Amino acid sequence: MSHIQTPPVQQKTVVEFAGVAKRYGSHLALTEFDLTLQPGELVALLGPSGSGKTTALRVLAGLESCDDGRILINGDDVSGLPTSRRDMGMVFQSYSLFPHLSAGENVEFGLRMRRVPAAERRERAAAALALVGLDAHYGRFAHELSGGQQQRVALARALVTRPRVLLLDEPLSALDAKVRVQLRDEIRRIQTELGITTLFVTHDQDEALAVADRVAVMRDGRIEQVGTPEELYTRPATPFIADFVGLSNRLPGAVRHGFAEVHGVVLPLLDPSHADGPVRVFVRPEDLTLVTAGTPGDAPAGMSLAGIVLVSSFLGSLRRTSVQLEQGGTVVVQHDVRDRHQVGESVLVRFAGAPVPVEAVQDLAAALPRRPRLVR
Amino acid sequence: MTAGLRSVRGVAHAPGRLTRLLILGGVGLVFAVPILAMIEFTLRRGLVGGYDFQRWIELFQNGLTGEYAPVLVALGNSVGLAVGTVVIVLVLLVPTMLLVHIRFPRLRRTLEIVCILPISIPAIVLVVGLAPVFSVLARFAGSGVWTLAFAYGITVLPFAYRAIHANLDGVDVRTLSEAARTLGAGWASVLVRVLVPNLRRGILAGAFIAVAVVLGEFTIASLLSRVNLQTALVVVSKNDPYSAVILSLLALFAAFLLLLAIGRLGTERRRPARTPTTLTPTTPTSGGDQS
Repeated sequence: MSHIQTPPVQQKTVVEFAGVAKRYGSHLALTEFDLTLQPGELVALLGPSGSGKTTALRVLAGLESCDDGRILINGDDVSGLPTSRRDMGMVFQSYSLFPHLSAGENVEFGLRMRRVPAAERRERAAAALALVGLDAHYGRFAHELSGGQQQRVALARALVTRPRVLLLDEPLSALDAKVRVQLRDEIRRIQTELGITTLFVTHDQDEALAVADRVAVMRDGRIEQVGTPEELYTRPATPFIADFVGLSNRLPGAVRHGFAEVHGVVLPLLDPSHADGPVRVFVRPEDLTLVTAGTPGDAPAGMSLAGIVLVSSFLGSLRRTSVQLEQGGTVVVQHDVRDRHQVGESVLVRFAGAPVPVEAVQDLAAALPRRPRLVR
Repeated sequence: MTAGLRSVRGVAHAPGRLTRLLILGGVGLVFAVPILAMIEFTLRRGLVGGYDFQRWIELFQNGLTGEYAPVLVALGNSVGLAVGTVVIVLVLLVPTMLLVHIRFPRLRRTLEIVCILPISIPAIVLVVGLAPVFSVLARFAGSGVWTLAFAYGITVLPFAYRAIHANLDGVDVRTLSEAARTLGAGWASVLVRVLVPNLRRGILAGAFIAVAVVLGEFTIASLLSRVNLQTALVVVSKNDPYSAVILSLLALFAAFLLLLAIGRLGTERRRPARTPTTLTPTTPTSGGDQS
């Protein structure tokens, strides 16, 4: 264990993307890409497919060249360095263990390339495998390991050389749900234990929000917003972030005098300086509650809308219920699993009054989704 | 359940034991009859009738000297050509295929067409095309038999390409090479330590096919007036057909042994796992997610 040491604490930025651009023919995969990683920080790059997150990681690793801008590691420009000399550990999306080598030999590979003596190699490889809980699997080959175990070995292999930066390219996407959560937590534990600066690419927002110190949401080759998971969720900088991170109901409304109005319900705005006019309002399902219509003190006037339950889904620890509003449109409410509402039941949807992000639209008709939906 | 159904269906569609034996027997006969006929031919006692090993004994008693000495020289030529052809094909083809696979995937189709093309060209046509090239080559590099390796390199290209390609398709060489590079390996190390070991079966199969083709090649050597095993056997057969057939049988046997050896190399079991003894095994739950 002692061989996987914590890198010396440094105050300066470990990784800096400075105005990086990458083109594939006429397609701009990255443009004006700026991002910094501080020592010991885990930053997740989150975004839809084709947003450029994997390209950014590959440019950092040197697997792709950048057409413009610079990549700095500990202040040194490494843009022109080949991958083999960038001193990074990387775990790939697909299983990347060398099939002709055992788990231990796979972990030793990076040390062999650095001409570490055989005895020390074996000792460090064993320690790295112990770190990921696979020290008893030293002699097993890739085909004798499960997917999760293979990715653990790949993680040990990436860490054993004590790299300056750890790069994780959707390492959990090929695993089943339960193993994914296990390994996700394990990665975070190990990363925190070693204090290694890490860039984690994922399209799974749950994964990003769960493990990252900061999340950078990408769109069309640019970073749309960087912030802590809480900042992204509660204070999305753009409608895209509000739409992409977490679940949101899109409701037609209007901004008047610094407040959003949805079918007569007035809600505070995240950005009170937003110009008046028709908007699309994003309301989180957990910012809504359901009350059976007609019960005493069912909901304060002006903060609720009447509707009929369309469908209710049991999700284990919570329940999601779709309600057809009297004014038209549908909202999804997330509530306690013990609160049951029958299909066809008249209910009141109560707004918690949390500040909401909005997106300006041309007119109210445009704000209405063609098919009411819950966006994720 | 699905797997169970599939396996039941698979068993139901599998040929029966008798069918398999018939197929195996039929294919075996196709190969065995000519060989048995050759053996029978070499054991004949001519007009006297009956069989003995006299011709085999006579051939080896003289130690393949005298009139058969050129056969040994030709055998040496053919083995040398086989080695040369294998080296040319593997040194050129394997890196090219890997380069195209990893860096220029759009060129895969073009490379395939180029590599497969020689199979559609008859040897005689190839020789007509190669003759002027060889006459120029002779001015710079002489007209040694080794120059045939260039022509053989072309003739074995389709077979070697197919063998390596089949292996290449089953290995994610791009990810493996990228993983090796992030671990500090240069391109030479990536090739030698990661890619070649994982393509061993395809490379060995390609090499074997190249050897088999070269050992059995006659037309190009004959038309370009070079001596190899097959042309030497034809010369011998004009004087002594029995000895020519014996030598052909021995060549077949040698090729068979080569096939076995390469087959053994290709399926060699991996080394037994070694675990550093200084470590204490963890609890069974430490592996976590065995699935």
